[in-house]
Amino acid sequence: MNAGFRICPATGRKIYADAESLIRANAVAATVSLLVGGIAAILVLLTRWQAVHLLDAVWFYRILTVHGISMLIFFIIFFEVAVLYFAGAVLLNSRLFAPKVAWAAFVLMVAGALLTEAMMWTGRADVLLSSYVPLRADPLYYLGIILFAVGALIGCVVYFGTLVVAKRERTYEGSTPLVVFGATTAAIIAVITLLHGAAIYVPTFFWSLGIGTVDPQVYRLIWWALGHSSQQINVAAMVSVWYLLGALTVGSLVLNEKISRAAFVLYIMFISLASAHHLLVDPGMGPAWKVWNTSYAMYLAVLASMIHGFTVPAGMELGMRVRGFSKGLFEWLKKAPWGDPGFSAMIFSIVVFGFVGGITGVTFGTEQINIIAHNTLRIPGHFHSTVVSGTALAFMGATYYVIPLIFRRRIAFYPLARIQPYLFALGMLIFSMAMTFAGSFGVPRRHWDISFGQAPFDVQFNPAVDAILGVMAVGGLLAAVGGGIYILVTVWSVFFGERLDLAPGQAFTGHGLPAGLLNPPPAPPAEEPAHLPHAGFGGRTPGTMVLVMVFLLAFVVYYFVNWKLLSFVWKVG
Amino acid sequence: MNNALQSPPRIWWKPAEPAEKLWVRLAFGWCIVLFAMMPLWHLKGGQNPSGLRYRVDPKAYMARTQEFIKTYKVGEDHGIPVVAPPPGSDVYLIGLQWQWQPVLKLQQGASYMLHLSSYDVNHGFNLYPFNVNFQVVPGYDYGLKVTPTEAGDFRIICNEFCGIGHHVMVGRVIVTPPEGGAP
Repeated sequence: MNAGFRICPATGRKIYADAESLIRANAVAATVSLLVGGIAAILVLLTRWQAVHLLDAVWFYRILTVHGISMLIFFIIFFEVAVLYFAGAVLLNSRLFAPKVAWAAFVLMVAGALLTEAMMWTGRADVLLSSYVPLRADPLYYLGIILFAVGALIGCVVYFGTLVVAKRERTYEGSTPLVVFGATTAAIIAVITLLHGAAIYVPTFFWSLGIGTVDPQVYRLIWWALGHSSQQINVAAMVSVWYLLGALTVGSLVLNEKISRAAFVLYIMFISLASAHHLLVDPGMGPAWKVWNTSYAMYLAVLASMIHGFTVPAGMELGMRVRGFSKGLFEWLKKAPWGDPGFSAMIFSIVVFGFVGGITGVTFGTEQINIIAHNTLRIPGHFHSTVVSGTALAFMGATYYVIPLIFRRRIAFYPLARIQPYLFALGMLIFSMAMTFAGSFGVPRRHWDISFGQAPFDVQFNPAVDAILGVMAVGGLLAAVGGGIYILVTVWSVFFGERLDLAPGQAFTGHGLPAGLLNPPPAPPAEEPAHLPHAGFGGRTPGTMVLVMVFLLAFVVYYFVNWKLLSFVWKVG
Repeated sequence: MNNALQSPPRIWWKPAEPAEKLWVRLAFGWCIVLFAMMPLWHLKGGQNPSGLRYRVDPKAYMARTQEFIKTYKVGEDHGIPVVAPPPGSDVYLIGLQWQWQPVLKLQQGASYMLHLSSYDVNHGFNLYPFNVNFQVVPGYDYGLKVTPTEAGDFRIICNEFCGIGHHVMVGRVIVTPPEGGAP
């Protein structure tokens, strides 16, 4: 390819070959990790479903370790590196900084992932994702994770370098677009997170070799500065993808750049405090430390998410209204492209992340309420609705645009792709709500046998628990079907899909393409049309105002119900 | 009007419209309520994870627990000593792979200083069926003032992964009515 780039015929963007290949490589590695983690997910699910109880104890904890690492570390971070290269190079029309270094980073990440997987599958790292010392894994397990993290850190450096290149070579005018701004916050948070990771995995690696000691409480503190902050990378990347998909599918507009960008900055400022969410009922810290840190200094990172929870749907509403869909409160939502998997995935990601993940997260992360949540199934119930229904689903939605735009293939089995977000979102919703509910009966997380058949004392959970775990299994299997379809569609499209070779200036036509490419939202009018609503406290976006009020009400109710539940247990303090 | 994929017009630091401002203020107000509830519960509520917190050598903690068991032992259950400490006393519970020692016999309505620690790896204290949870970390003594509010035969489930025998790690707490009736 001349000059190392091509012009995307439909969007007119410059796409450099190096950036494109690296985006592809990282996306493929992410999908492979998702497949490994997904198979592990089904095995874990079929064991926790006490009626089936598939694996024995050794293999249950082994596969649970594989599930956590493959999904939360490998899948998510490979995909995020792809998102960074996309935001840095494609969205800014720029070449990628130091592509050879980016390839070296990719090789390091793959090598680290393979080494870690090998250790887990051969039973030399049955320590679960968090690997709390003094549980000990093979030194090569920690080394594998360190290699992967170093690779990811180099990926962030390549991204920052790309920002500098784009600015110097004037590939864009003025400020970076909001999506790139959001991706930059994700990258900054990633650096902070990965440095915490180094601060704990390097001493732990030496400890596993017999050199030095690691205090178990300090380990928990710093490990969670990695473990929880990395979820804020996911949040920042996910919100960026919401803005991206909103623009592509319904022509979302940015209500106010200042507000949206300030909200991203709040994420950077308060993320590292969230380690405290995991230490609220730990002996190492006092109440003042816990209250200040668990609340991200007065919930300012929660404020950021609540702001995006308004501005993202409001941007869609405004985009639809200026293009004529302005009747009543919700015409913009009714006339939205619900058959576009990019759109449906984004909407379900927003709704489930906010209503289930966000509300449960803040509630369980309250110092005292954590007493009735810590280490029960309520916790995985919470984070499956944030990181799976939220982040993973948003990434799935983005994939339906990455396949035609970057891989230049038509989407295979498109009718299946259209229903995929529905299956996955519904399944995960049932799954995570059932899990949360089971946890409120005290059912522990990370536990092989809650029938306690071999324990010295019997434990009889409320009979409802069996039924709830059955519902959880049904939801989980439904989500697994959705996840399976996603993998089938992406792998088939990428490796065997029909090539999409457009002549310059040619629009996207034919089968296997999302609606946002076939009928892209027309350019908004230069002047704001007169038919927009103005009166009332909802301003230009009254529909969104109603939705966020419903959200706030649900939040208030769930939060205070949990205080009430807490007040019933033994006096403790 | 620009979308999130386009660079915004040069000056984008502009006042937000009233609806957006309203939401930011409401959200911030709610955040303050969320924050205020925690100190408030320390003042008015009955359940707080504060306690006494000390570093302790696991071997020393084990010795302290064994002494406690010797002093108040009233029997054995499945090979685990049963201990009935007087109201108001310090109670020592230790988690080790894979059991809780000892079995505790407490009185309803009385207060105890319940010490939690571990002999080896992290364990999780879950008081069944009340769903009261605390982290049990080796090297740290977590002293919590507890008041059993009802009588009955309760369990302690380990809910932190502690190795292959994690699922058999169940302890027992018996709470007797205040007049000293049968458990």
